[in-house]
Amino acid sequence: MTAPTRKQMHLAAHFPGVNNTTVWTDPRSKSQIDFSSFEHLARTAERGRFDFFFLAEGLRLREHNGRIHDLDVVGRPESLTVLSALAAVTDRLGLAATVNATFNEPYELARRLATLDHLSDGRAAWNVVTSSDAFTGENFRRGGYLDRADRYTRAAEFVATARELWDTWTPDGTPRPFRHQGRHFTIEGEFTVPRSPQGHPVVIQAGDSPEGREFAASAADVIFTRHGTLEAGRTFYSDVKARLAKYGRQPDDLKIMPGVTFVLGDSDAEAQERAAEIRRQQISPQNAILALEQVWGRDLSSYDPDGPLPEIDPDPDSGLVQGRVRIGDPLAVAARWRALSEAKGLSIRQTVIETTGRQSFIGSPETVASELVEFVSTDAADGFILVPHLTPGGLDDFVDRVVPLLQERGAFRSEYTGLTLRSHLGLADPVGKD
Amino acid sequence: MSATTALHLAAEIGGPPHYDARHYVELARLAERGTLDFVTLGDSFARPGLDALAVLSRVAPATRRIGLVPTVTTTHTEPFHVSSAVATLDWVSRGRAGWSAEVSTTEAEARLFGRRSAAPAAELWREAGETADVGARLWDSWEDDAEIRDVATGRFVDRDKLHYVDFEGATFTVRGPAIVPRPPQGHPVTVIDGTGGPGQEAAARHADVVLVRATGPEQAAGIRADVRHRAAAYGRDPDTLRVLVALTVDLGDAETAPEPGLESGPPLAAGGSYYRGGPVDLAELIAQWHRAGAVDGFHLTPITPERDLERIVNGTVALLQHRSLFRTFYPGGTLREHLGLARPANRYALAEGRA
Repeated sequence: MTAPTRKQMHLAAHFPGVNNTTVWTDPRSKSQIDFSSFEHLARTAERGRFDFFFLAEGLRLREHNGRIHDLDVVGRPESLTVLSALAAVTDRLGLAATVNATFNEPYELARRLATLDHLSDGRAAWNVVTSSDAFTGENFRRGGYLDRADRYTRAAEFVATARELWDTWTPDGTPRPFRHQGRHFTIEGEFTVPRSPQGHPVVIQAGDSPEGREFAASAADVIFTRHGTLEAGRTFYSDVKARLAKYGRQPDDLKIMPGVTFVLGDSDAEAQERAAEIRRQQISPQNAILALEQVWGRDLSSYDPDGPLPEIDPDPDSGLVQGRVRIGDPLAVAARWRALSEAKGLSIRQTVIETTGRQSFIGSPETVASELVEFVSTDAADGFILVPHLTPGGLDDFVDRVVPLLQERGAFRSEYTGLTLRSHLGLADPVGKD
Repeated sequence: MSATTALHLAAEIGGPPHYDARHYVELARLAERGTLDFVTLGDSFARPGLDALAVLSRVAPATRRIGLVPTVTTTHTEPFHVSSAVATLDWVSRGRAGWSAEVSTTEAEARLFGRRSAAPAAELWREAGETADVGARLWDSWEDDAEIRDVATGRFVDRDKLHYVDFEGATFTVRGPAIVPRPPQGHPVTVIDGTGGPGQEAAARHADVVLVRATGPEQAAGIRADVRHRAAAYGRDPDTLRVLVALTVDLGDAETAPEPGLESGPPLAAGGSYYRGGPVDLAELIAQWHRAGAVDGFHLTPITPERDLERIVNGTVALLQHRSLFRTFYPGGTLREHLGLARPANRYALAEGRA
């Protein structure tokens, strides 16, 4: 018998949707809104003994060239409400909601998160995101937008204020009045929810800008990143973990979990073939032209996706692209795409597939399990947030075929050992104030 | 006087706060055994308790038919978030959601948010009405068949069936469309307390179910007629409204009530008149008022939920069922079906002649 001395991996399941990772054209693709889809994915994740289930958020439908984007999966329920319902059909799985700190207020959101923690017996998590665009603001009272620096100071004060609220009840169940006076919030009164099972719901921070890293190091329990290679992962890992000390925290107090995709096959070759097919499904002819327009900043609807790249240059100032698309310097990207296309003789669609259709882990279950273990054991990550490409069955194969291998290798739990998400993540309960 | 519809019954399951789901699941299941139209769960930022909408979302998968109506306040919240959360409750309950609109009038509540001062109730109810209005527009902002999954053209949605609402209220604006596709009921059921006072106009204009307070059938009939008249003045068909009398009920120890019936209630009977007596007498009262055409039904707030709801279901409701005055099973699946309310047509589809 071998003791599981290996560093334990953490796993989370991202509900797919609202981007072109999700292959909606596959006949197995079901509703992205019916509760049965959420239930299926959550139950699968719990069967796999995952740490948590993760929901992203949208606050405005994306647009391209002034029109609602119509090519990818769109439309989703509100996160905290769905997770409250999922608490009824799961027992141990953590339930993580992405909720924007720019268009919410600390009192209300702290109350909703504490409620989810009570209703789930200690399984709630909050993925803190911020918004910088007036485009999203048009749906809210606040309107307008906060500049980059302000949205992080607001988010940091928001999280700190929520923690103050979560700490206001005494351990014997008496509310104490609170008062918070800060740059962004001045509030006082009495919090209406007693200390929840986890004390503080788990706080996740998404994004890896310098401000985001610092914010995560100071205040988050998990950081949701995106680093495809071992090398990039290790660099990020050591940078972020090194930032913790100045906040009086230990390296283990913050778990680093990149969002990753995976494609499985019976053999590595079969998985590669399947991966190529999935990339073709993800980048339809129409999506290829759209990706091209996002770089070129021009209407290119008359171009043939199977033909060559345009000879005209990008127009970076056209205003064609709005919302969340950030592609870097369009002229540089276009030059890179042209070079690639010429070197390999690629069409528009092939070029887009080649440059944007990345998948993180491709191979047989053995190969994928080995790679995941290597990432974790060499400190490129503490675990992964898996983004399946199918709703809602996209995690089935992973749980049935990869998880048992991870368990055999002592890299992942075979049973939950605790009741709360904090215990799954190996995080200490925050100390309340007496 | 216009004829009332089939008898409708609803019950509040709040009371002293509980912080676990089990308590609320048990009460909702009990109400479901009594085939009640819906349960409500009161809420406020000003007193201890969990977020009611989240609690009823947790209850949804643990029940099958009962309507779920949390109180949602409109004063310090974002109308866009409110609309999304109520629509989501409708999705997770497969068409059983409603919401009871409320306002926060106190300075203490305002200080919890620090965004604005307390305001007069009339002003806040105008805003609540606007929140109900923009909510309904957002629910319509996706036509039912907006999701097309058309492989040939590569389009997941038909953008011509998604609509900006471009709403401008006195205190907020919303561009739209919604993030949540149109919910199963089209519009989840809107409940507003509309007896006199500042909520009256919002109720007549926006509510599907109006809660009223009355101490006798004649008074109730008068109030009902008034609500219907006001609704008609807003261009609504009064038959698309259900008027329920709010009663706080104490079925505790019938012996202590020498004369069963309505009393001027203690201060906690904020939700309506106060009834004390036995379950059989309550059934008599309900039958009599409904037979008189005074009301479409009752919203009962048990003074002690665990005890009184059990007596309502096993006593009062059982007797009404025995007399064929109340249904014995749910003929439909959605709250609108329980209430005999049609699924609303989509204003944007109508506007473009695609009803």
